[in-house]
Amino acid sequence: MQINFKVNGEERSVEGFPMARLLDVLREQLHLTGTKEGCGEGECGACTVIIDGQIVNSCLVPVAQVNGSEITTIEGVASNGELHAVQQAFIDHGGAQCGICTPGMVLAAVDLLKRNPQPTENDIRNGLAGNLCRCTGYMKIFESVVRAYQK
Amino acid sequence: MPGSLADALALLNTEPGVWKPFAGGTDLMVLLEAGKLDHRNYVNIWGLSELRGIAVTDAHITLGALTTYTEVQAHPILKSEFPMLCQAASETGGLAIQNRGTLGGNIVNASPAADSPPALLVYDAEIELISTLGSRWFPYNGFHTGYKQMQIAPDELLARIRLPRRTRGASHYYRKVGTRKAQAISKVCFAGLARIDQGHIEDVRIAVGSVAPIIVRCVETENTLRGEKPGAETTQAACASLSREISPIDDIRSTAQYRLQVAQNLLTDFLSTLET
Repeated sequence: MQINFKVNGEERSVEGFPMARLLDVLREQLHLTGTKEGCGEGECGACTVIIDGQIVNSCLVPVAQVNGSEITTIEGVASNGELHAVQQAFIDHGGAQCGICTPGMVLAAVDLLKRNPQPTENDIRNGLAGNLCRCTGYMKIFESVVRAYQK
Repeated sequence: MPGSLADALALLNTEPGVWKPFAGGTDLMVLLEAGKLDHRNYVNIWGLSELRGIAVTDAHITLGALTTYTEVQAHPILKSEFPMLCQAASETGGLAIQNRGTLGGNIVNASPAADSPPALLVYDAEIELISTLGSRWFPYNGFHTGYKQMQIAPDELLARIRLPRRTRGASHYYRKVGTRKAQAISKVCFAGLARIDQGHIEDVRIAVGSVAPIIVRCVETENTLRGEKPGAETTQAACASLSREISPIDDIRSTAQYRLQVAQNLLTDFLSTLET
């Protein structure tokens, strides 16, 4: 089955099994390996991408369901060679350790700040609640999000 | 990928049992990837606009089966009149799951640990099943008949969920107990609604999840409470009724003993909110 969708502003067309995971199509067919696989069952948020303005776990989305959609992956967050304020804040304030959760954390934070430009600490905790970090770096991650919106 | 609801129903009618409806995928994709699904054919209903949207009349609020948890939480009338449903939606998974998981899917996935059914049961929800032959509405209570068993024919789709707007003046109490705040599957999930009239409990409704093969509407406990004055004696009698009505088990998430104790604690806490 042929599926057409936009990824990071570019029209893409893939041929494949309709029930293939969007995660696998992004990584293996489109070589966008910034999106990570953590648990593969919707628990950890490492594979977070934005579809039509909403964050989702790409491991739970069959590619057939994104026909005609617009997708943003971590590769599409920076623009014109400049990092997004969230990405810069993660670098400046130690929001990343091993890096597996980072793309999902950044996308969840970008989405949160878009919906809620001045989140409280509780809003940040809720906004990132579906993203697990196993390096126990949550405090620095929350701080990075705060610094990102203060900029 | 049917282009319309009529196409989807025609497919289910032509080859009943062959096609499994596939909505937000938050449960099915996990099982599919783990090789735990028998079905080989899926009918993608996610794009069917006929199954979306929230409609409000004076008497009811009616939700399309594909209404997501995010949409539930954002709706002003659900927030003001059905707060337990909104709370259940906000405590299901995390945001990425809430953007994709649907209320209809939560019902027909038929998990005894699902988060929205206790609220739906307490709000006296009704559901609509449709097929090429037409539509039928009936009370949600009784839809689940046993573990993962429900009264739906292979050619039918769950189309809508309807809540009667009769919650004015009621106390609402919803509490999910899980291992962590987000992304947890509940150990016990409790929904309670009650009205107090001249110091006595009126119109009490209680439902509990993760304590039996299905989510239980606790009719015996309700009967014990109706007409009584909130207080220690009433609470004790209600806890005794509850323990007869639920049948928790030991599993990977908790133990039968813990679940019984927590269910009773939640009932006690709910009843304490009714004391003046």
